[in-house]
Order: sequence, then structure tokens, then C-alpha cells
Amino acid sequence: MIYSASSYTAQLQHGDASYYMMRQLKIAMAGLMIAIVISKMDYHWYARFALPAYILSYILMIAVKLVGSDSHGSRRWLNVGGITFQPTEFVKIVLIVLLSVVITQMGRKINSLRAVGMVAVLTLPIAGLVAANNLSSGIIIVGIAFFMLFVACEKKWPFFLCGVAGGLVVATAGPLANFLEKIKLLKPYQLERIHVWLDPEAYPMDGGFQVLQGLYAIGSGGLVGKGLGESIQKMGFVPEAQNDYIFAIICEELGLFGAVSVILIFLFLIYRFMLIASNAPDLFGALLVVGVMGHIAIQVILNIAVVTNTIPNTGITLPFISYGGTSVMFLMIEMGMVLSVSNQIKLEK
Amino acid sequence: MGSNRTQHRRKMALLCFLAAIAMVGLMVRLGYLMLCRSEHYSRMAEDLHERERTIKAARGRILDANGVVIATNRTVCTISVIYNQVKDREGVIRVLCRELGLEEEGVRKKVEKRSSREIIRTNVDKEVGDRIRDYHLPGVKVDEDYKRYYPFDSLASKVLGFTGGDNQGIIGLEVAYEDYLKGLNGKILTTTDAAGVEVENTFEDRIEPVAGSDLYISLDVNIQQYAEQAAYETMEKKGAKRVSVIVMNPQNGEILAMVNVPEFNLNEPFTLNGEPPAQLTAEGRQELLNQMWRNPAINDTYEPGSTFKIITAAAGLEAGVVSLEDQFSCPGFRIVEDRKIRCHKVGGHGGETFLQGAMNSCNPVFIDVGQRLGIEQYYHYFEQFGLKEKTGIDLPGEAGTIMHKKENMGLVELATVSFGQSFQITPVQLITTAASIVNGGNRVTPHLAVKAVSGDGTKVHRFSYPVKEGIVSEETSASMRYILEQVVAEGSGKKAALEGFRIGGKTATSEKLPRSLKKYISSFIGFAPADNPQVIALITIDEPQGIYYGGTIAAPVVADIFKNILPYLGIEEESALRETNQ
Repeated sequence: MIYSASSYTAQLQHGDASYYMMRQLKIAMAGLMIAIVISKMDYHWYARFALPAYILSYILMIAVKLVGSDSHGSRRWLNVGGITFQPTEFVKIVLIVLLSVVITQMGRKINSLRAVGMVAVLTLPIAGLVAANNLSSGIIIVGIAFFMLFVACEKKWPFFLCGVAGGLVVATAGPLANFLEKIKLLKPYQLERIHVWLDPEAYPMDGGFQVLQGLYAIGSGGLVGKGLGESIQKMGFVPEAQNDYIFAIICEELGLFGAVSVILIFLFLIYRFMLIASNAPDLFGALLVVGVMGHIAIQVILNIAVVTNTIPNTGITLPFISYGGTSVMFLMIEMGMVLSVSNQIKLEK
Repeated sequence: MGSNRTQHRRKMALLCFLAAIAMVGLMVRLGYLMLCRSEHYSRMAEDLHERERTIKAARGRILDANGVVIATNRTVCTISVIYNQVKDREGVIRVLCRELGLEEEGVRKKVEKRSSREIIRTNVDKEVGDRIRDYHLPGVKVDEDYKRYYPFDSLASKVLGFTGGDNQGIIGLEVAYEDYLKGLNGKILTTTDAAGVEVENTFEDRIEPVAGSDLYISLDVNIQQYAEQAAYETMEKKGAKRVSVIVMNPQNGEILAMVNVPEFNLNEPFTLNGEPPAQLTAEGRQELLNQMWRNPAINDTYEPGSTFKIITAAAGLEAGVVSLEDQFSCPGFRIVEDRKIRCHKVGGHGGETFLQGAMNSCNPVFIDVGQRLGIEQYYHYFEQFGLKEKTGIDLPGEAGTIMHKKENMGLVELATVSFGQSFQITPVQLITTAASIVNGGNRVTPHLAVKAVSGDGTKVHRFSYPVKEGIVSEETSASMRYILEQVVAEGSGKKAALEGFRIGGKTATSEKLPRSLKKYISSFIGFAPADNPQVIALITIDEPQGIYYGGTIAAPVVADIFKNILPYLGIEEESALRETNQ
């Protein structure tokens, strides 16, 4: 799919239609190896690295602020010994492991307000740091923490309250955004994105360009699509066709049928995660899987929601499918962890 | 490490369930976008992807009765820019400004506009287009195109009409036969990427253009030119505002000439033909242009005056309420109810027969005939002659008749209508009705178009027009021909007499409304040969200065036109025939 979506741009920029695909393939193969190795390990083993890794992620995030390389106007990449990668992806995985460790150690105490505060203290600073240059990743990190806490905690109502509040915000987004912009809480470009979200066709040339082009791609697909490789929108019309907006190209080429299939595959994946989590030998393993599940679920939902203009535009990739070395590498590691948990399920005979 | 408890499992299942709901929601949204809104978005997307280039179809020519081309096409160029292909914007702006003589500001705006294709100028001469093409500027397209060209400039301008920027007909025949003339434009559709570069191996649609059909019309350039010359002379000599001449074949309604001077130059239809007033607003200018483009012979109505006595006489004869020898007396006026209606001869014509009354164009005689018919019968004949309806001429914007409603008509109105006042018709209506009365009683449809021949000559469409037979009997028609011949031979129309030809006709001098202005329309309707009309002509002179009697100023013009066109039409001189017979 990446090949199809990226070949045109790759051809133009690197003179090789398969540039993006080959790169992605290599990383994915490497990731697969690592995943297999990790899946054979005892997942309790790397729990001890959680704290140092957590500290390391702070260092990386601050480093990326200072010496990171630019892309699309914000610094997200870190160059270490010739390999560039996005520390935010590292942060996600570290946080999953760390929170699993912390919550497991707290045991029953997790229900107390102090414990929740503890989780928040661990999550929010790093999430804030991430959000400072990549709002959507920050949201995902908070979301993962929220998921894990929800599963661990016995109380339900605070979480539902949060959900209802969130719903209210979305419903009143337009006026609320204007208000927030007035009191300087929202930057003008963010306000514009919200306006674009509410009516993309009113801003065809400016902020609405990407959203609208994505919608064109989706709309062109119809029931069965134009066929693999037949997308026209990928020819420079949809920005980041192999990246954030790959789903739009899937829609255009494979149609509603293909798009629904992709969603169903993810749904099945999440269902499997749930089964693994439910049958995990201990809470730590379960939480690890829940974290990964939360991560993938949030990213899939947000990505598709963005592409279909269900929520305002923000840069979130589609797990496994979008182009991005770091992303696929760490996703593979996460899969390795999940499989490791899965391997240690003791089948009761 | 703690245990994995049931409560956690429940939560996990719940999470999984919520994720599933969210995803199903997204699928529904996706389904909505892709199925319900699919057409909307794919159309927008296609508009974005496809660069459409039109291949203009050649517009059909217009040819006269002898096959002379009177409207044709000249190759011109359309200059446009494609934003994404332009490399040197400044250079393009400079060259276009210089070559096309345009203001920089306007060109810059178009060149810098982010659009797929921006037309800079249409109807550019081929030479200039070739020069621009020779610069080989990327992104500047020179497409060849057709522009309408009229070899005779102003000939029959209001009849032919002209075309607009897209080669669409605007007035006259050009708009009336738009469907035949315009042809079908061809198209080249190419799919392009975001940068406007054509995508290779994509399906390229090419639809070949189909040239428009040639339109053959009954108008004869020679007759038209001669009539136009006569009309211009009259207009100048009499200081008139306008002069219109219609020449028609009374047997089938074919129009041989339709002159409305002053004409305008069809190759410059937006240039006023007169001296424009000093301060002219855009609307004022448009108003003047509209006036210039107007075809008064069919778009304007007037009180026909005495020429309408032809209709009254025909109705009277047909109904049998009057015969040629009936005696009348004219004291110079006639009292109808409480009104005293004057004859143009103040002292009166005294005692006279109906024939003499017609020759004198005596109002009281025709008032009497009208009164004998009565409102009911008069109105019946008015309708039977087709005067209530439009003639159906194949030109746009024909004006309808303005006539009293039958229930509002009293004897006074009947009296005035009898000699052509208090109602209005178009000149073409008058000539058509008169032609139908003298041709044996067949109401013809005046028309210009004869046939349309497709560009490759394979398909010929002949136009047919309705004829209503028997609006008057053959006897009445013959009597009318006799009366009208006498009018020219010895009556008020004697200035139309032409040595050696039998000509019939009727004069008229109509006062324009309001009557206090003392402005007139002088007219004469004449036909030849009087015993078997082959040609009928109507001249209307609008607001002549000095002498304004139709018999004095309008009749000689028709004689002059007939003198030239009768031999041309192959109508031989009677005297010559007589001589050879002896």
C-alpha cells in the first residue's frame, strides 16, 4: 500500500518509485526480527529498564528540542549516529512499560486518589513535553495512560465524566474555539484548523487544502474503488499521501470495501489484544497489552477520523500502514511485547 | 506482581467494545462519504484533475439566394496561460502585454492567479497569435479559433445579426438558427497531476468537433444592396430618422431584402454607428447599442395608416357589403356617433365610386365600409387575415399586434381602424397581410431561411413554413389587385408608376403618437406585376422632414427599386412584350 501511495512522489523526489517502500520494508523486516526476539523473552525482564528508559525519554525529548532536525516546521527527529528517529515513538513504549510497572506495584492502592495523582505526575510532564512540538502524540500518550488507568482502577464514574466532558467540547467546538482564541489559549493556526474542520469547502486553498483533497480521494473511491495503483489524488494532490493520509488513498483505490476491510483487520487485532490481556498470567502483562492496544486503537481511530474530517486535522499516522521508520520499528517492538505476554499464557489443560 | 482479575477483564472488554463502536462509527461515516457524497467529491476531484481543451467547431456560413457567402469564419487565436506550467512569470507578463497591447495590471492578475487555465484574450488575430507562439513560452497556450466575419460589413446587419465572444449568436438569424449554425465543439480531456503536468498512459478523451450547417437564405445580396442604397438616399434627402424597406416574394413569403437604415457594421457590432453623445454612461451606451441592433421592421409596431385600407377594402369586398361601383360622397369629414372624423382632403372628394375612393385614399369611404361591416364582422376578418397573431417570421423578437379588444370596440374605434389608425402592427405584418390578399388569398409565413446544409454537404434540411389558404377568395384578390393597380395608375400612388410595368400599391402617411408632435411615418406598399404579383415591397420612412406625404416621398422610392430589381428578377416589361407581339 505504501508502494502504491508513495511511488509517484518517490519517483519525483528520489528517482525511484519504490524508494519509500524499500526503506519501509527494510525497517519492517528488522522490526520483525526484533519482535520475534522480544516475544521469546520474559516480559518481566525489561520491566527493570522502565525507570532508566523513562529518564532517557526525557533526555531525548529535550535533546530533540535543542538539536533535532526539522520537518514540516517542527522538530521531531533526532539524529543519533546516522540513524534518525522520532523520540515520541520511544516515549510511547516507555510509558506503557513504566505505567504497567507502577500500577502493578501499587496493587490495590491504585483506587486511591493519590495513586491516580502519581500516574498523572508520571504521564503529564512527558506528555506535555511531547505535546509542545507534536500535539497529537501528546494526546495519544495521555490517552494511553487514561486507558491503562481505566482498566486498573475499580472506579468508573470519573472516566465517564471525562468522556461526557469531551463530548461537550466537541459539540460546541466552533464557538468554543473562537472564545479560546480570544483569550489567547489557542493559536490562530489551530483556530483555523477547527474552522476548516467545520467547513472544509469554505477554505479550499488555505487550511482546507489537505482535508479537502483527502475528502476528494475518499469520495472518488465509491464502493469498490479505482483499483490498486489507480489513485489520482496521490499524484501530489493529497499531501503526505504515504503518511497521515494513506487511508484516503486506500479509500480511493480500494473503495469502501477495502477501507472497511482495513478497519475490520484493526478491529480483529484489538480483539486479539483483548483476549491476550484477559488471559495474561499477571496484571503487569495484561497492562502491557492494554497499553499497546490503547495505543493502536487511539491512533487508528484518530487517523481515520482525521482523514474523514470527523475531527480537526492533526498529524497522526495509521499504525503499520503509514510510512515512518520509527513508528513501524516501535510498533513491532510493541507487538513483540504482546506476543511475549501471549507466549507465557499457561494453557490450562 | 498483582493478579489479573475479573474486574480488569471486564474493563478490557469494555474498552475493546468502545473501540469497536468508534470504528463502526467511522465506517458509517466512511460509507456516507464514499457512497452518498461520492458523486459530489468525485466531480470536484475530476474538475481538479482534468485539463479540458475545447476544439472549436467551425460555425456554419450564411449564404444568400445566389450562393454568395454573407457570413463566414476567420481564424483567430485564443491566448491562455496554465499557471503550473509557466516558468518565467515576469517574461510572460511582459510579452503578453506588448503583443496584445493590454494593461499590465490585468494581465498580471490573470497570470498570477492560481487556476488551471486562465484565458488572457480571445479573438486575437492569427498573425499576433503566431508571433506569441514563436516565443515558445512554457505555459502560454495559443489555440486557434474561429471568429465570425461578414464580408459585406453592414449589409442586412439587423437581419443577419452577429456573434459574441464564444461565437454564439446574439441577434438576428445568427441567434434564430443558432442550433443549426453552431455545430458541436470537440474536446480534449487529459488527466494531470497536482502540478498540471499531463499524466502519461491515462485515458485521453478526444471528441472531434462537428462543423455547423451552412444556412441558405432567400435574401438576395443584389436586391438588398440596391434597396439599401435607395433607403440611404431617401434618409439623407428627407432628413429622416430611419428608413426600412422589406422586399418579399408574395407567393411564398420569401424575404428578398430587409433593409433598416442606418445599418451598423457587423464586424464591429459594439461600435456605435452614429455620433455618440459627449457624456455617455455604460448603461446609456448599452441602450444606444440595443437601439442600433433593433430591427424596426419586425421589432417595432406603428399605426399603418392608409396602407391598411387594403385590408378594409378586402374585408368589405369579401363580405359583399361593397362593390367597385358603389357610390359614396365625401364632404371632407364623416360624423360617427359624436365624433367628426376628417378626411385628409379638407374640402372633401365629393361624389365618388368605391374604386375612386380607394384611389383618392378617401377616409369617409373606408369609414363607411367599416360601418357597413360592423364590429363583429370587421373583427372576424381582422382575425381571419391573421392580423391578431404574429407572422411567425424566422427572426427573433417579433412584436405582436396592439389592437382593441372586441368588447371595448365602439363605432368610433371601428371607424378609425378602418383607415389604419388607433391600433398598431409591425411593417412585416402589414406586408405579409397585403401579400396574402393580392396573391390569391393564401396567408404565407414571411421567412429568410431556405435550407441548412451540413458541413460535409451530406445532410440537407429544408425549412417549411405554414400557409393558410383562402383567407379571401380568388375574386376578391383579383379585385384588390385591380383596385391597387388603379391607385398607382391614376390615384394617390401614381408616383410609383413605372413605364412598362403593371404596378399595384397603396400609400400611407401615419401620424406618430402623440399627434401633437406632428411627426409622421410615410410609407408605400407596392407590388408587381399587378396582375400576378411576384414581388412586393414596403417602405417606411420614419420622421421625414419637410414634405411627408407617402404618395410624394415613399412611392417614388419603390418605383426606383422596382425599376432595378424587376428586370433582375426576370419580370419583363409589358410594353416590350406588346411590341414583340405586334
